[in-house]
Amino acid sequence: MNLIVLKLLGQRIAIALLSLLAVSVVVFAITAVLPGDAAQEQLGQDATPEALAALRAQMGLDVPAPQRYLHWLGGLVRGDLGTSATTQMPVGTLIGSRLPNSLLLAAMTALFSVPIALTLGIASAVWRGSWFDRAASTTSVAVVSVPEFLIATLAVLLFAVKLRWLPALSYVSEIESLGQLLKAFAMPVLTLSCVIVAQMMRMTRAAVIDQLEAPYIEMVRLKGASPMRMVLAHALPNAIGPIANAVALSLSYLLGGVIIVETIFNYPGIAKLMVDGVSQRDMPLVQACAMLFCAGYLILVTLADVCGIVANPRLRHR
Amino acid sequence: MDTTTSSPGVPQAVIAPVHSAATPPAAAAAAEPLLARKPRRSGGFGPSGLLGLAVLAFWLLAALFGPSLMSQSIGAMGGADVFAPMSAAHWLGTDYLGRDMLARVIDGSRYTVGIALVATLLASGIGTTLALLAAASGRWIDAGLSRGLDTLTAIPSKMFALLMVAGFGSSVPMLIVTAAIIYVPGAYRIARSLAVNINAMDYVTVARTRGEGTAYVMLREILPNILGPMLADLGLRFVYVVLLLAGLSFLGLGVQPPAADWGSLVRENIGALADGGASVIVPALAIASLTIAVNLIIDNLPGRAAREGAR
Repeated sequence: MNLIVLKLLGQRIAIALLSLLAVSVVVFAITAVLPGDAAQEQLGQDATPEALAALRAQMGLDVPAPQRYLHWLGGLVRGDLGTSATTQMPVGTLIGSRLPNSLLLAAMTALFSVPIALTLGIASAVWRGSWFDRAASTTSVAVVSVPEFLIATLAVLLFAVKLRWLPALSYVSEIESLGQLLKAFAMPVLTLSCVIVAQMMRMTRAAVIDQLEAPYIEMVRLKGASPMRMVLAHALPNAIGPIANAVALSLSYLLGGVIIVETIFNYPGIAKLMVDGVSQRDMPLVQACAMLFCAGYLILVTLADVCGIVANPRLRHR
Repeated sequence: MDTTTSSPGVPQAVIAPVHSAATPPAAAAAAEPLLARKPRRSGGFGPSGLLGLAVLAFWLLAALFGPSLMSQSIGAMGGADVFAPMSAAHWLGTDYLGRDMLARVIDGSRYTVGIALVATLLASGIGTTLALLAAASGRWIDAGLSRGLDTLTAIPSKMFALLMVAGFGSSVPMLIVTAAIIYVPGAYRIARSLAVNINAMDYVTVARTRGEGTAYVMLREILPNILGPMLADLGLRFVYVVLLLAGLSFLGLGVQPPAADWGSLVRENIGALADGGASVIVPALAIASLTIAVNLIIDNLPGRAAREGAR
C-alpha cells in the first residue's frame, strides 16, 4: 500500500458515496414527488378540500418537496425508515426480519457458484477453442439470454415435479437439520447460481486468456515449465485483479436475480418484501428497500474496482 | 462477449472514466470487415445466424399479422377444459381459464416484441443522439451528460423498473418509457466512446475548419461511422429489454390483464407446472427462442470481432 493506491481508493469511495446520494434523489423523486398528490389519490376525485388539506398535513405533504426529501434523508441516515403504509409497522422492523434470510441466500449462492465459475472459467481459458470451451461458452450464452424465471420453472419441473427430490417452495422456518437446510435452499440457490456462474465464467475466461496471450507466458513456455505451473504460478497471480473484479460484478447481479427467485420460490427475503410493497404501493417500504439494494449494489461495484486497484502490481510497487 | 455487454448497465458506469470503456472497438471496427468478411461469403451469416434471423422474422410476422389471422378471438372461453393438453382444436392446449393457448401466445408476441422494440429504438436513438451531442459539442455539455447518465446506472435495472411501477403504476406507455430510460445510459456510453474517437479524426477537423455547424458534424461526419457497432448494440439491448419486461410481467407488475405478454402468460399458467403443461412451457420457450435468436444474429454479424475486442 502506498499513497497513490490510498488516494485512488479514497476517490472510489467518495464517488460511491456521491452516487448513493444521487440515487437517493432519484428514488425519492420517482416515489414521492413525480407521481403527484398521494392524498388526492387516496381520497379520490370527489374529496372535499378540507379533507384533502387535513390528509396532506397528516402525510406531511404540505411542505415543499426539497424539505420533505431532506427530512426523509435525515431519517434514513439516523436509521429511522418510517412506517409502512399498509401494515403500519416500522419499516426497519419489517426489513430487519427479512434481511438475514436474503443474506443467507446470497451467501450460500456465492459459496456455491464462485468456485464452480472460477474452475470452469480457468479451464475453458486454458483449453480455449476445444470442445469443452465451446460447449461451456454456448451453454453460458444460452443461460444468460433466457429469463431467470425460465430456469427456475425448468428446475421446479425437473427436480420437484418429475424427480420429486426437492420441495417446490422453500420454508425457511421449518429447518431443523442440515439435510432440511440443503433441501430448502437447493432450488433457489441452483437457479441463482446458474445465471451467476455463466456470467462469472465468461469474465474469468476473458481475464485469464488476456494473461495467457501476454509475451511473458510465451517465455515461461519456452523455458520448459509445465502447463499446470504456467497457468497456476505465472498467469493466475496476474489475473487475480480482473477475476476479483468479475466475481464482485457478478455478485452484484445477485441483487437483480433475487427479485425473481425469491418471488417464484416464495422465499421470505427482502426482495419479496419489496415486490409486495410495490404491488401494494407502500412507498416508505419501497423507498427503504430500494435504497438498501442500491447501497448493496454500489458496495459490490466499488469493491470490484478496489480489487482491481489493489491487485494491480504497477500501482503497488510504484 | 465483454463485460459491458454481458451485464446491463453495470460496471464502469459508476467508477471508471467513461472514455476507457470501449476505446478499442472503433479501431477494430475499422480494420475488421476486411479480415472477417472473406471466409463468410454467404451474406455474412453462418447457418446459426440464418436460423436466428428466421426465428426473429417469424415472431415479428406473428406480432404484426398474427392477431388478425387467428380464427378464435383472444378472450373466447370456448367451453374447453382448463389446462387442456395439445389437441387438434387447441394446438397448444388451453390456459387456466380454458382459452386457446396458441391465440394467447400470438397475441402476447405483440406486447413482448412490440414494447421491447419501441423501447429499444427509443433507448438507442436517444442514447446515440445525446452521445453525438456530447462528442461534437463542448466539454461542459459532455461532462454534464456523462455524469447525469452515470447516476442512472447506479440503480440496478430491475430495481429502477420496480420503483417506476411503484410510482406510476404499470401501463404499456409506462413500461416503454421505463425500459427506455433504463437502457439510455448504456447506449449513450458505447456511442459516446465510439463518437469521441471519430471526433478526433482529421476529416472531422477538416469539416469544422471549413465552417460546418455542430449538427452537420454530428449527423454527416460522426453518425455514419458509428452506425454499424450501434446496430449490434441495439440487438443486445433488445434482448435485455425483453428479459426485463418478461421478468416484470412475471412478477405481475408488467403488462396487466386481460392483456398478456409472454411473461404474464407464464405467471398466469404457473398452475400447469405440476403436470408439465404446454400452457406454461410454451410462452417460456417463446421468450427463450426470441432472445437466443437475437443473440445468434449478433454473434454472426460482420462486426462481431469489434465487440470481442471491446473487453
